[in-house]
Amino acid sequence: MAKHATPLLDQLQSGPWPSFVSDIKEEAERRHKNEKNVEYQVPVDVCDDLLGILELSYKDGTTHWKHGGIVGVFGYGGGVIGRYCDQPQMFPGVAHFHTVRVAQPSGMYYTSEYLRQLCDLWEMRGSGLTNMHGATGDIVLLGTTTPQLEEIFYELTHNMNTDLGGSGSNLRTPAACLGESRCEWACYDAQELCHQMTNEYQDELHRPAFPYKFKFKFDGCPNGCVASIARSDMSFIGTWRDEIRIDQEAVAAYVGGEIQPNGGAHAGKDWGAFDIEKEVIDLCPTECMWMEDGKLKINDRECTRCMHCLNVMPRALRIGNDRGLSILVGAKAPILDGAQMGSLLVPFIKVEEPYDEIKEIIEGIWEWWMEEGKNRERLGELIKRQGLAKAIAAVGLTPVPQHVMEPRHNPYIFWKEEDVEGGWDRDIADYRKHHQR
Amino acid sequence: MAFISTGYDPSKPMEGRITDIGPRHFEEFYPPVIKKNKGQWAYHEICEAGILMHKAKGGDEVYTVRCGGARLISVTLLREVCDIADKYCGGYVRWTTRNNVEFMVDTLAKAKELKADLNSRKFAGGSFKFPVGGTGAGITNIVHTQGWVHCHTPATDASGTVKVAMDELFEHFTKMDLPAPVRVSMACCLNMCGAVHCSDIAILGYHRKPPIIDNKVLDNICEIPLAVAACPTGAIRPTKTEHEGKTVNTVAIKQDRCMFCGNCYTMCPALPLSDKEGDGLVIMAGGKISNRISRPKFSKVVVAFIPNEPPRWPTLAKVLRQIVTAYAAEANKYERLGDWAERIGWERFFEKTGLEFTSHLIDDFRDPAYYTWRQTTQFKW
Ligand code: HEM
Ligand code: SF4
Ligand code: SF4
Ligand code: SF4
Ligand code: SF4
Repeated sequence: MAKHATPLLDQLQSGPWPSFVSDIKEEAERRHKNEKNVEYQVPVDVCDDLLGILELSYKDGTTHWKHGGIVGVFGYGGGVIGRYCDQPQMFPGVAHFHTVRVAQPSGMYYTSEYLRQLCDLWEMRGSGLTNMHGATGDIVLLGTTTPQLEEIFYELTHNMNTDLGGSGSNLRTPAACLGESRCEWACYDAQELCHQMTNEYQDELHRPAFPYKFKFKFDGCPNGCVASIARSDMSFIGTWRDEIRIDQEAVAAYVGGEIQPNGGAHAGKDWGAFDIEKEVIDLCPTECMWMEDGKLKINDRECTRCMHCLNVMPRALRIGNDRGLSILVGAKAPILDGAQMGSLLVPFIKVEEPYDEIKEIIEGIWEWWMEEGKNRERLGELIKRQGLAKAIAAVGLTPVPQHVMEPRHNPYIFWKEEDVEGGWDRDIADYRKHHQR
Repeated sequence: MAFISTGYDPSKPMEGRITDIGPRHFEEFYPPVIKKNKGQWAYHEICEAGILMHKAKGGDEVYTVRCGGARLISVTLLREVCDIADKYCGGYVRWTTRNNVEFMVDTLAKAKELKADLNSRKFAGGSFKFPVGGTGAGITNIVHTQGWVHCHTPATDASGTVKVAMDELFEHFTKMDLPAPVRVSMACCLNMCGAVHCSDIAILGYHRKPPIIDNKVLDNICEIPLAVAACPTGAIRPTKTEHEGKTVNTVAIKQDRCMFCGNCYTMCPALPLSDKEGDGLVIMAGGKISNRISRPKFSKVVVAFIPNEPPRWPTLAKVLRQIVTAYAAEANKYERLGDWAERIGWERFFEKTGLEFTSHLIDDFRDPAYYTWRQTTQFKW
């Protein structure tokens, strides 16, 4: 018998999509049965009370969580989100319900052995409920009490060789697409670069020293599977400088209908026979492709590497060999001056161990942001306030037309004195020699 | 419930302390076929909905079975994932950015067997545990935030609205029958932890009432300068007032300047703002992340407000259906929702979807607003 009646939540058990309500309800029951005699370190009815308080929110249309209060582990400025409910008498099991962000392995591959260790830890020391994964990419362990935090941290670091993730005004847990591990379009090893940068900047991740939060994300190619261009202050997107490699036999096989276009991604509807003119050549945004004597031609100098033709014909077209990445900076959500997408800062950079060139860019940007950024000013906002040219100067690059979509719309250029011949120091008496008042 | 120590001694926190080790190295978790062929993948194809085949240059094949799930998942369900990984995949499994689970096997026959197994597992409540799909030109899992399950500023629930949305759009999860992928995201307040601003369809929680000032406690629990500084629009100023016969320090809020972000409440528990009638959803559409064909673009607000209607949010479900149905019927192959809207014109988008255009959809927020108005005589009747 459930501790709280949940008639509203129960309506979320039906329908095909996996029901979080069913999952929590079953977990609540198993917790009470406790067949494995787990020595629970948080209340046994934590899941019941979560359902209870959620049902209350469904009834009265408002949240019942108070903001956090400062909880965490010794020496770290982030990694734990403090949470208390505002009806602790009714729902004592979730009176304290802090969340622990755990650093996920880049690319989010796991072994069952590792996951079972995590399950054992969290069943005993927490609610047994998780998010796989939080929106930042961390493993989120949802709901525990303050005395458990150090114990969980100890267990993670000593027995699972795993650290907490980031929160607060610091480097947030970086994330990458699966990249070269299973994708033919990866232009660099996104997982490895993500892992290396995460470990290089552990201090920045755990100890808030920035004006505000800062995120890295790593996409292996312009398809952008981790959405770095929209959701990271510094976005690393794989690209190439030479020619798309063409396998003309495979092109012919696509044209002849032997291979399904786009890897079969459109198989659920009859779109008719594949038409390379209509589906590839006409959709190329730079109009740099054509057919000649039954062969596909690409003017690679005009190609902007949008990925469309490669996506449609993965067996015929491959990314170039001279690979690296582009760095874009300043993406952020609309708050406060409107949403920003990342703006191109570094058109191309090679990805080579020990990644010194990339680190120089990162550190150049941080130095500028920590010097000039106001409290709670995201990098993108600083760039907007001071101009992209300042960001380019901060990392010691030369401005090129690739940095902009088009040149400025106004002539209001704030010239510097040193840029103007003869300087600004002039003598009014000299001027008056030639100009009456 | 006796306290059990791991060995940590609170009186000597630094003793044996391990810090700054970061995540485990991902290579420890690679299935052998992935480890062997990393960087050597030649191409992939989608064998059927939910099954991908990646072919390596050397000839190896890996078949990936992708299934959806709630991102809120219990340890028991996680252990079931482990059991499945042990039974079929040598103990290896991975998650995608969009909360899907991927199991990798070495033949198509095994992949099909696994797909059937996954599709056969259901909760006692009736829903699938591991529905297979989420590939190709369809609708995959929704990225979302915490909502009423864990946050203090949500204007709606995240898990519930996502469940409703995926139930409504489920056919497109298991079938690849749309012109292009439709990426749906959900964030439960305008802070947009989920960064929903570049999604084909975004579901966003929004408050519509400014904070209530709790003068009984504010003076005692609020660092007033922090609350003042937290307000992005400068709507808050410090002041004094009479409360129960005493003069107390408090704040005044210029209500017509409030954008309902809840940042002041984050700083000051005496400024709650959630409200049953005030809170609800905004629907945005037409954004994208990928650079494919067109540039990445922001989502646009297409429905200014939908009331919270828990537990099944019927108006939300209806609006999602309207948008996806019109798009599926009208867009060209490979055309993303936002590209379709731009080609036909947003005036046509409202006509085709049957959504109502209202004055709230004309941007008036700071500089970027101007660029959304029409500086041309070209438009459609
Ligand atoms: C003023 C602004 C913001 C405030 C006050 C805020 C506050 C919070 C809080 C309290 C949480 C914890 C939710 C919980 O687990 O209880 C959270 C989570 C999160 N926030 Fe924010 N946030 C803000 C802006 C942002 C922005 C702009 C982003 C990102 C762009 C962001 C990204 C995240 C992410 C990714 C999470 C994790 C969400 C999840 O996985 O459920 N936040 N935020
Ligand atoms: S971003 Fe590119 S390289 Fe990475 S998984 Fe997606 S398509 Fe592959
Ligand atoms: S990648 Fe894009 S721009 Fe380049 S040739 Fe292919 S379709 Fe054209
Ligand atoms: S989007 Fe808003 S309500 Fe939702 S988790 Fe983030 S801060 Fe909390
Ligand atoms: S809700 Fe946001 S905009 Fe409104 S007063 Fe509070 S901080 Fe200011």
